[in-house]
Amino acid sequence: MVTTETGDGAGVVLETVPLRDDVAEEKAARLGAGSAKRIRKEQVRLLVRSGPFLVGAAILLFWIVCAIFGRLFAPDNPLSQNLLAINEAPSAAHLFGTDNLGRDVLSRVIVGSQEILVVAPVATLLGTVVGTVLGLLQGYYRGWLDSVTGRVVDAFLALPVVIVAFLFIVAAGASVPTLIVVIGLGFGLVISRTVRTAVLQERELDYVAAARLRGENAFHTMFVEILPNVLGPIIVEFTVRLGYAIFAVATLSFLGFGIQPPTPDWGADIAATYQFLAAGYWWETLFPALAIASLITAVNLIGDSIESVVIQ
Amino acid sequence: MLWATLAEAPEGPGGGPALKTYLLKRIGLAVLTAVLLSIIIFLAGQVLPGNPGRAVLGHTASQAAVAAFNRKLGLDRPLAVQYWSWLTGLLHGNLGISYQYQAPVSQFLWPAALKSLKLAAVAFVIVVPLSILGGVIAALNRGRAVDRIISTTGLSLSTLPEFVSGIVLIVVFAIELKVLPSTANPPQGAGLLTQLHYLILPAFPLVFVLFGYIARMTRAGTVEALESDYVRTATLKGLSRRTVIFRHTLRNSLLPTITVIATQTGYLIGGLVVTETLFNYPGLGRLIFSAAQFKDFPMLEAGILVIGVVYLVATLVADVIATLLNPRVRLQGAD
Repeated sequence: MVTTETGDGAGVVLETVPLRDDVAEEKAARLGAGSAKRIRKEQVRLLVRSGPFLVGAAILLFWIVCAIFGRLFAPDNPLSQNLLAINEAPSAAHLFGTDNLGRDVLSRVIVGSQEILVVAPVATLLGTVVGTVLGLLQGYYRGWLDSVTGRVVDAFLALPVVIVAFLFIVAAGASVPTLIVVIGLGFGLVISRTVRTAVLQERELDYVAAARLRGENAFHTMFVEILPNVLGPIIVEFTVRLGYAIFAVATLSFLGFGIQPPTPDWGADIAATYQFLAAGYWWETLFPALAIASLITAVNLIGDSIESVVIQ
Repeated sequence: MLWATLAEAPEGPGGGPALKTYLLKRIGLAVLTAVLLSIIIFLAGQVLPGNPGRAVLGHTASQAAVAAFNRKLGLDRPLAVQYWSWLTGLLHGNLGISYQYQAPVSQFLWPAALKSLKLAAVAFVIVVPLSILGGVIAALNRGRAVDRIISTTGLSLSTLPEFVSGIVLIVVFAIELKVLPSTANPPQGAGLLTQLHYLILPAFPLVFVLFGYIARMTRAGTVEALESDYVRTATLKGLSRRTVIFRHTLRNSLLPTITVIATQTGYLIGGLVVTETLFNYPGLGRLIFSAAQFKDFPMLEAGILVIGVVYLVATLVADVIATLLNPRVRLQGAD
């Protein structure tokens, strides 16, 4: 499988990006054999030098550190309530203030990064695997299989992913695994479109015909011959979808389908406190909201940089 | 190749009949998709929860009560029969009986949909001129700082969940500046202007999501038109910049924009679930949300189907408009 190589952190993605894409190969062909590696190095160098990528990676790294080690350096226990200090405005004692149960908002924001940073990447990974397999099958076999599955994909895509997820999560019962499977399958359908288009172009090329003439079976032709050549678009899809996955996970936790209170979680914390906004307790809601915004922006900066390097 | 027809407008000889065939095919495709969508929604609502009576009444209800519930609502019949009676009901305007209210779904669904329509209309009235203006300004200044600012801000805003931007808006405009109310509900008997005043803040998260896409399409269309031969000719024959931009560039560059506006309608409605929940606005989105909380599947299925159908119709209209506005197709149709 491709996607086992992509991992879920920026650093890992960075290594696999320039593996083998059309552009790199075309350039390699022009420059002579053995230079594919040089181009890959060049792409990584371009990426590491680009400002937006570095900013995005720094923010993402910060939240990953918070998710893993947050409990060690958070100023307070995110679960400990203090009913004598509820709804306190930001101060030296509580930099982000306290919530309606007197819990430290800063600590909850730090530790609240955990769920989203597990669910979103895992769901995107699942979606990439499903989408790649489906797209390969559709693009390679075409015919009735492509028509029938294509129609079903169309029907699903007639609804925003969040709404589809909503329906299925309610029907199957809200839990973190359900969230992952539903978002993953939803994105798999979207990704299958891109992969299918790329495969349709590839399957007409000589190397595919050569593989068939050699007597390779369909599985080998799809996964060993075609797959490495459509890896570029798949990696770009992964990074772009990761941003949307964070969007979807945050939204569904806000609607109450993610991790349940009192465990700290950005979306769930916002849902628990937003009705106090009108009373003026803005810090309880605003800081988790800004945390979501910063994470999404970071992932998008990384995704855009990778896309522009791969396409260049 | 059923599903690649979107981009394949007819260009062969005999444009008139080809256009008609294309439109008929496109409509047939939309109907087929709608039927598939209804099957998916029906299966998700009726099969996934296992036993609907058990899901609604909870673990403590007796077996007899669950069986009675299922029998009363006809849920003990074979699936195909249930689907058929649900579908024929839908076509007759009968959306089923809400588990939650024990009353017809349509009694709640249509008023809520009307409310959502109002909110969506306000968002559209704000976003369409704003994003077209933004896209055109970006295109006229392409490569300069203004272009980068508009494009980057637009795309960043469009990636934020509606409740995140909504909260920032509430904090800034309702709490700090106190210029707009933080809820979407005007006092009883408020006039149209007051109602609008209450809908401005809830509309903006939706505006943010749409602005980036529409501005980007407008920018791309305008840049393409600006670099075309006919605009170069118009400039070289000495027409003023204003005439070149308004009469020659914009007329051609807005074509892709119309398509993207129509396609985004579905997503606008998707965003309503979150916006309406955040601003406590009793529209379709909040109706679906409360139906989900009560496991009120008939209400949930009907609401989601309405969203899906609106999206399908919007995409269909976008395709048809794009086809008709495309001069090549139109001219063929005329001769």
